[in-house]
Amino acid sequence: MKVLVAVKRVIDYNVKVRVKSDNTDVDLTNVKMAINPFCEIAVEEAVRLKEQGVASEIVVVSMGPKACQEQIRTALALGADRGIQVETEDKLDSLAVAKLLKAVYDEEKPDLVILGKQAIDSDNNQTGQMFAALTGLPQGTFASEVKVADGKVSVTREIDGGLQTVALNLPAVVTTDLRLNEPRYASLPNIMKAKRKPLDVKTPADLGVEVASSVTLLKVEAPAERSAGIKVGSVDELVEKLKNEAKVI
Amino acid sequence: MSILVLAEHDNASLNAATLAVVSAAKAIGGDVDVLVAGEGCGAVAEQAAQVDGVSKVLVADNAAYGHQLAENLSLLITELGKGYSHILAAASTTGKNVLPRVAALLDVDQISDIIAVESADTFKRPIYAGNAIATVQSSAPVKVITVRGTAFDKAAETGGSASVEQVGAAHDAGTSAFVGEELAKSDRPELAAAGIVVSGGRGMGNGENFEILYSLADKLGAAVGASRAAVDAGFVPNDMQVGQTGKIVAPELYVAVGISGAIQHLAGMKESKIIVAINKDEEAPIFQVADYGLVADLFEAVPELTGKV
Ligand SMILES: Cc1cc2nc3c(=O)[nH]c(=O)nc-3n(C[C@H](O)[C@H](O)[C@H](O)COP(=O)(O)OP(=O)(O)OC[C@H]3O[C@@H](n4cnc5c(N)ncnc54)[C@H](O)[C@@H]3O)c2cc1C
Ligand SMILES: Nc1ncnc2c1ncn2[C@@H]1O[C@H](COP(=O)(O)O)[C@@H](O)[C@H]1O
Repeated sequence: MKVLVAVKRVIDYNVKVRVKSDNTDVDLTNVKMAINPFCEIAVEEAVRLKEQGVASEIVVVSMGPKACQEQIRTALALGADRGIQVETEDKLDSLAVAKLLKAVYDEEKPDLVILGKQAIDSDNNQTGQMFAALTGLPQGTFASEVKVADGKVSVTREIDGGLQTVALNLPAVVTTDLRLNEPRYASLPNIMKAKRKPLDVKTPADLGVEVASSVTLLKVEAPAERSAGIKVGSVDELVEKLKNEAKVI
Repeated sequence: MSILVLAEHDNASLNAATLAVVSAAKAIGGDVDVLVAGEGCGAVAEQAAQVDGVSKVLVADNAAYGHQLAENLSLLITELGKGYSHILAAASTTGKNVLPRVAALLDVDQISDIIAVESADTFKRPIYAGNAIATVQSSAPVKVITVRGTAFDKAAETGGSASVEQVGAAHDAGTSAFVGEELAKSDRPELAAAGIVVSGGRGMGNGENFEILYSLADKLGAAVGASRAAVDAGFVPNDMQVGQTGKIVAPELYVAVGISGAIQHLAGMKESKIIVAINKDEEAPIFQVADYGLVADLFEAVPELTGKV
């Protein structure tokens, strides 16, 4: 079985982003970038499927400027077999990514496509579902367990009320939630090996995809800051404040 | 302008999240129709028809929609949605699952998790775990949008008298099947709707220790939440996670116990009116957003607090 994994280059999750003073966007100059944490979980799941003998090949794809090859290399070091970068300087919305991914899917014909549930920069939570719609594939979003058997994939999903399990015909789309697995660290020898793994570069034009967006970013602002509160010295003082000052209990 | 709102429900009753979506729809302006898709969901349709500001309720009652499978539901909404200027759903796991599929089938971008309506085509939404607020404008012919429930007042449950109309063919994509679910059962209020939330983090140490939080919550009539670390460690189930990638809450009072205050956690609770933090580390970042901070061992402070409120 062939598995396709989509990985996004995003700001490192430990970094608190700042808004540019002209309010046009956030400031990403000299900010540490990394593979989106949910995509790392997606790569890990594919690697585990390969270790179980379920998957035979893992192809990892990323759309964006040349720098996103770093994240493809990270995925290769974690165990993916080859990479595809769709090179573009344009800002991509989820629909554009989904269309590019469909073009790659049509060429690669994988049996399972794994994405993160959400990119931690845009916080969109759209791409996997959009890709599934464009290809007509079933989807198991927010997955905390994935089992492949008998031509189907069973996905346990984290939903607001608890957990839900669905059975999907293959090929299928899975988007990862945090509890799906705990990604491994890449070893130094694997990082070295990853440098020699194949990495193809294509453009949206090669794939015949228009990446225009119908959404314009007008302004980016910092959120309202909470004014600093106080430290209370005792439980009694806390109860007194909650009752008489905040009046919330 | 006319707006289609996807009702959130369990085939028995309308979820309060839908009331906030109706308010967002009213802020956009125009007729507001509500789609109730499910199986044996007549009672939900009746309820939706009572909601203030709703013009029409569309009911698609079919086994294919019984479990809100996105593959089926998206085909229905796409068929019905073509005549509307906007299609809205709650930014719940149901809305997030199905709406991007609808957007893709309509070949339009989606705007996720809006917190304000500036005009019929311009909206505000948080990005980067709420560390920035983007104002975005959409030129899409149909605007497909999910709505953050805590950012809008709830429409009144009564006062409306919408007509109820059966619609839609049965769309069964035939690619997915519901197998089962494990739903959390609790007598406490729902996290997203509670006026008071008490949350525990890794500092709780284990699942049994959450009992001391449950006691406090019951005394306060509160819901109980958790940090990702507490969920990952298996102390409590996933549906209790508050944060960027869990549930968003904005109660009158949020009590964070043994939670350090990572940006991903703050993203889910910093719109709360009053925040209390109980943590033994006086340097913990949670104190930077807390109205009242108590530096103390939670195993002493929480039982004492339960005794005194
Ligand atoms: C992609 C991604 C998404 C994420 N999404 C979320 C999310 O949605 N929600 C979320 O919460 N996190 C999320 N996280 C995780 C987040 O970064 C933090 O790791 C997490 O919130 C930490 O949880 P915590 O505060 O309980 O644990 P810790 O950071 O370990 O803090 C425990 C705290 O307990 C205190 N403590 C310990 N013992 C006691 C005691 N006896 N009395 C009093 N205080 C005590 C300590 O001083 C410490 O401050 C996400 C991370 C990533 C990478
Ligand atoms: N530029 C991109 N390149 C590759 N994958 C992406 C890209 N953008 C989004 N994705 C995938 O889609 C998931 C969800 O992203 P989003 O819908 O933007 O929140 C991510 O976790 C990735 O798996």
